[in-house]
Amino acid sequence: MNIHKKFPNFLSKFKTSKKRLSGDSVFKAIVMLLACNIFLILGLMIFKIAQSSWLSIQTYGINFLWGTTWQPFPPNPSTLPSFGALPLIWGTLVTSAIALFLGVPISLGIALALSEFAPKRFNYIFSFFVELLSAIPSVIYGLWGIFVLIPFLQYNVFPILQVTLGFSPIFQGTIRGPSVLTGGIVLAIMIIPTVSAISRDIFAAVPNSQREAIIALGATRWEKARIVMSYGRSGVIGAIMLGLGRAVGETMAVTMVIGNSFNMFTSLFEPGSTLASIVANEFTEASSPPVYISALMEVGLILFALAIIVNASARLIIWRSTRKLKEAEMIR
Amino acid sequence: MNYKIIAYVEAVVLIAVIVGFAVYGLYFTNQPVRLSGAGATFPAPLVQKWSAEFKDMTGVQINYEGIGSGGGVKQFTDKTVDFGASDPPMKDSEFSAAPGTLHIPITIGGVVPIYNIQGIPKGLNFSGQVLAEIFSLNIARWNDPRLATLNPAATLPDTEIVVCHRSDSSGTTKVFTSFLSDESAAWNTTYGASNVINWPSQTVGGKGNPGVAAAVQQNQNSIGYVELSYSLQSDIPYGNVQNAAGKFVEPTLETLAAAASAVSLILPPGNASWASAGSYFNLHNVEEADNAYPITSFSYILVYKELNVRSGMNLDKAKALTWFLWWAIHDGQHYASGLSYVPLPQAVVTHNEATLRTITFNGQQVNNWI
Repeated sequence: MNIHKKFPNFLSKFKTSKKRLSGDSVFKAIVMLLACNIFLILGLMIFKIAQSSWLSIQTYGINFLWGTTWQPFPPNPSTLPSFGALPLIWGTLVTSAIALFLGVPISLGIALALSEFAPKRFNYIFSFFVELLSAIPSVIYGLWGIFVLIPFLQYNVFPILQVTLGFSPIFQGTIRGPSVLTGGIVLAIMIIPTVSAISRDIFAAVPNSQREAIIALGATRWEKARIVMSYGRSGVIGAIMLGLGRAVGETMAVTMVIGNSFNMFTSLFEPGSTLASIVANEFTEASSPPVYISALMEVGLILFALAIIVNASARLIIWRSTRKLKEAEMIR
Repeated sequence: MNYKIIAYVEAVVLIAVIVGFAVYGLYFTNQPVRLSGAGATFPAPLVQKWSAEFKDMTGVQINYEGIGSGGGVKQFTDKTVDFGASDPPMKDSEFSAAPGTLHIPITIGGVVPIYNIQGIPKGLNFSGQVLAEIFSLNIARWNDPRLATLNPAATLPDTEIVVCHRSDSSGTTKVFTSFLSDESAAWNTTYGASNVINWPSQTVGGKGNPGVAAAVQQNQNSIGYVELSYSLQSDIPYGNVQNAAGKFVEPTLETLAAAASAVSLILPPGNASWASAGSYFNLHNVEEADNAYPITSFSYILVYKELNVRSGMNLDKAKALTWFLWWAIHDGQHYASGLSYVPLPQAVVTHNEATLRTITFNGQQVNNWI
């Protein structure tokens, strides 16, 4: 409104001119070109990784996904190296699941506390610390994991778990510091900043009319929080999926604490490996045979596919739940 | 007026100084000679120390990148570096791909078993056979009779052994498993010797020497293996290993040097293939090796005998390179112990001298003073 009073001439000129500014179209073209880069980069990456892993795909076929041995240099040099990624996929899925199981409730608690219960100025302090937490390089998380978390878990937490939950096979066997469970716990800590920050913004965006309405009906604070959560459900699922994306792809911190064993584990106290950790471990000096590099590339390809599946399902869930919400509003 | 004269004088002096510096810069300092090398990570701290000292002494700048032995051999074969470095000697196939390669052992490394058992200090005895059984989990508990016979004095606990190993691709693993393969036929057929091993699934992998050391320190009743320099710098207990003469030898700078002296009797000439020297010194064919630590190996610098095969090589660079190598095997060895590397014994230095004397540039010996 103000701007009309201030610059009446300028704006009227802008509106009435029939001819479009030629600078505009140039700018549009440049911006579109920049936007198209994303397809180019993604396409080239997929192409290059697929091309590099082709040798391994040809040699091992679908068995690469089911195989459970990883032996780049067989003791008998005349036999073919064997590669199978199943323990890696298993390790990736289990550590990510642990991360979500532990990290998501904490993150949602943080987000709810800040949007519904805590005083406003608390929010500034919180976002400062969250930014700090998510800016820590993952190798630092790994070092902290080795020197602080592992000794603590190994002597204080894991024995208690074994005593109380030892009846189930996932908490049996020798307790080791570097293990699948440690990897999952480090990942949980790493996804908390992402999930809690996004969820907090989503809860904050829930219209106040909703809160006022439910309070007017005599709801308790817990019931109000439930309404806020269900209103922001799609967004929260999106936040969780972003966290999952980080957990699946996280490399350095996991490599440092997971125990790096090629292992189809049943107990969470056993060492394991993930898709990302084996690449971090073995890619640096993998020069020969060519099929070895190709197999590591194929591990990368699987990781890529996993990331795409996670993201696509996140989109699907968000899309479906927003559609439901819209339908509900239309009926109303 | 006086001030004016002073100002003129000052200006003239200033200009003279500037011109003087410029002339000095243009005519009196040569471009520094630059050399590049790439290869094994194990000797990298030593080579970098050498290049710093050598630069202070001569002005020659040497850039060494620790990219791994495999990468070093590849870049050397592609002739993209002036010298390569590798922990294992070139394989026969690699040697024939890079004709005219000279192997120059520059330092000595050793692999040491480390362990963490409450109440047990350093000095447990291991044989190659027993180590192979432990790392393949056939000896699963510390009080196994096979361990007890080697260590009658120690009271070993009845606990499960947690085996730790390198998770990254590593020359240390190659040296260690080469030793195990020679000592145990079962190990050789099941696991073999390489940078990456298909370890039993219940073992713990750590990234790098620090990763293995951390895994051993944090898991009670564990065993692992690290480079000697790493075990000397940390306070983790380490074991003695039985050598070819049947003695249990503590890994120290001296016992590694003793192994190198023993092996110097059977070293191939510098311009031959060193594949037979193997990943570690197999001392079974050598006599008088009583105090030689058995899991010992060289780390090599690779250069071409005829330096003109590398494009961009000139007489200045060729002279600098041979001088550097000559200096490294003599005075450079004084820096070794300080960095926990083993200085070369005299027999190996003499062997290297003969090799370095054969280096030529365009058919002429490069430094006739050596």
